Amino acid sequence: MVAFRLKTTVPQTDLLALPWALPLEDWPEETTVILPAGTHRHVVRFVPTSGDFAALKELPDHLAVREFEVLSFLHQNGLPTVGLIGIASERSDRFGEPLPSVLITKHLRYSLPYSHLFSTPSIPSLGEHLVDALAVLLVRLHLDGVFWGDCSLNNALFRRDAGALRAYVVDTETAEIHPRLSDGQRTFDLEIAVENACGGLLDLEAAGLLQEGIEPFATAESLEVRYQALWDDLTQTQDVCEAQLASIHQRLDRLNDLGFDTDEVELNARDGLVHFRPTIVEEGHHKRQLASLTGIVAHENQARRLLSAIRAYGAWIQDGPTPLPEAVMVARWLQERWEPTMRQIPEDLRGRIEDAEMYHEVLQHGWTMSEDAGHDVALDVVVDSYIEEVLRHRVDERTLLRPPPTSDG
Amino acid sequence: MATVTYEEATRFYPDTERPAVAALDLEIEDGELLVLVGPSGSGKSTALRMLAGLEPLDGGRIHIGDRDVSSVRPRDRDIAMVFQNYALYPSLTVAENMGFALKQQKVPKEERRKKVEEAAAILDLTPYLDRKPKNLSGGQRQRVAMGRAIVRSPQVFLMDEPLSNLDAKLRVQTRTELAELQERLGVTTVYVTHDQVEAMTMGHRVAVLKDGVLQQCDTPQNLYHHPANEFVAGFIGSPAMNLVSIQPDGVAALAGTEIDFDDSVVDPTAPLTIGFRPESARIGATGVPGVVRTVEDLGSEVFVHVVVDHQGTPTPLVVKTSPPFEAHLGDVVHIELAGPVHVFDGDGSIVATTRATLR
Repeated sequence: MVAFRLKTTVPQTDLLALPWALPLEDWPEETTVILPAGTHRHVVRFVPTSGDFAALKELPDHLAVREFEVLSFLHQNGLPTVGLIGIASERSDRFGEPLPSVLITKHLRYSLPYSHLFSTPSIPSLGEHLVDALAVLLVRLHLDGVFWGDCSLNNALFRRDAGALRAYVVDTETAEIHPRLSDGQRTFDLEIAVENACGGLLDLEAAGLLQEGIEPFATAESLEVRYQALWDDLTQTQDVCEAQLASIHQRLDRLNDLGFDTDEVELNARDGLVHFRPTIVEEGHHKRQLASLTGIVAHENQARRLLSAIRAYGAWIQDGPTPLPEAVMVARWLQERWEPTMRQIPEDLRGRIEDAEMYHEVLQHGWTMSEDAGHDVALDVVVDSYIEEVLRHRVDERTLLRPPPTSDG
Repeated sequence: MATVTYEEATRFYPDTERPAVAALDLEIEDGELLVLVGPSGSGKSTALRMLAGLEPLDGGRIHIGDRDVSSVRPRDRDIAMVFQNYALYPSLTVAENMGFALKQQKVPKEERRKKVEEAAAILDLTPYLDRKPKNLSGGQRQRVAMGRAIVRSPQVFLMDEPLSNLDAKLRVQTRTELAELQERLGVTTVYVTHDQVEAMTMGHRVAVLKDGVLQQCDTPQNLYHHPANEFVAGFIGSPAMNLVSIQPDGVAALAGTEIDFDDSVVDPTAPLTIGFRPESARIGATGVPGVVRTVEDLGSEVFVHVVVDHQGTPTPLVVKTSPPFEAHLGDVVHIELAGPVHVFDGDGSIVATTRATLR
């Protein structure tokens, strides 16, 4: 007798109609989104659902439950990962034979597999950005006691962030949650990440897809350096004498630049030294600031870019020596810059890339045009040019589905 | 290659009173495949991670060979964690897949080539070194993944539930391959599993843990035939050993029938638990009466599940018998003891393994 049990985080009645009594690899073509075949430990399929896509992964019951629990934990703790829809368990086929469980996750909008990033030569210093994104991700997981166990370019997805990248955990089959990670666990996880990153880059190189200037071994090794520097900045107690107090500010600035908010700063003066240790609240300093000022949803770097655009615009429209009140500056920027730009984008091109990312690209484009022209170019002219020269040639990244990993892992 | 020694190795997790691993003493011989087995929370994985350097020690020491590694960072311990989820890179050849991590560790080219060739020979992959993974069978791909660990030539391999993501059939096949490979490599290996069948079929010796405490470390045969306590007796073996607790009323009795122990060490007037394997009982003309619940006919052997009335409580027992055997639900059969009986005291420690008769 056909049976299955569907447990979801949100009601998803369209999932009920899927052919659960068939092994995932036998699902009919009309049900799934066809992707190029690859080798993978478990069968993965994408299905359209509620105007979006869901990723389905078939795996043994206990692993599906475990991964469900890890993903739930990541969500509850605001860590960057794919959305969780649910789990289909206790499945059986029409002969009553049991079938493995299926883990159902939400496709992460605007997320890009790393192979796509290399096939579109639009990101300068791509190697560095990839490594930075993975380092931030790994540090964030480790701060919350998550041992990933298989951090790789392949097991992450990336979103554009004003020229940089943000990484999201996709595959958590090997992940473990602990109250706190030991140094041994962290270094081992990092070691796995470095080796996997190296393998992934060597693979791209062998396939002729690696951009010139990216050296797989050096790039992968830099992950260790970036991770360590960030971890130290976030966690180490620093002893400084009065003459070196500026270094505390530099460290706080570095953390803010990376988007980490410092809540309390523990300063302890004794023996003529100041003992300093920041307490990290969470990542997202600038994006929260932007959201509270404008309501615009953006990633960290995009938010930083937009905030400085707002300030620059405020200075430009300022009449006299007194700076405009922030609320006025924000309201005028929204009315005179952001909204006209968004209105000017033709309907059919809207949403190809995220709004904040597009605005960042418009700013870049305008800067180049002004440089070439030797004077400021009007916003509507910049936007028109951006639409024709850039946006029209971009693929829609909203639902650029992750091809099945091109390896066994 | 090396021995591994745990000396009173102890690990407490934060905010817990009971240690996750309590004063573990264990000597693992050079080239041995030792399996750590136990239920969830037994400390088996923690013990492995202490050896790997992933969990710090709160007491005791761990030696690899003569070297105290208790405070040595993981990468300097000369161990390799073996994963089943090693990624294979489709654009790299088999040799490149196996060797790139050595290049990352700055191992000279000639030495890399040698190590890859040696590993390939052991894994029967020599003819495929220049091929891409997609041209290999599933089993060969699995072996390339193993090759990535082997080329490191570690002193000790560590495997934490490496087969847990495989389906049942593949698991049985892969565990045989892993055991054969370990035999050929002769590298000391510590293997963690919750599955006692996997432990018994793979381990040269098996260490059974419960609540962070080592219960017994012995060969699979000794664990099966000479369990040190009631927990090991019940944990090892499938179907499980019949364990019946006896509150003696002047004499020790099973379901109202007096038990006569051959070994005089057993005090039949003290509270005890007796244990006997399904093959140490038989369906006979006399003995304890029991009601048949199910008959599990596996073709070559038959397991008869019965319920006896023991001290006023319906108590399930399993008896192994030879085919053909026919009985129906509710039939009454008689059970006799026909093999060794393990006697445990009130604390669960073994008192004797002896013959016994029901009379």
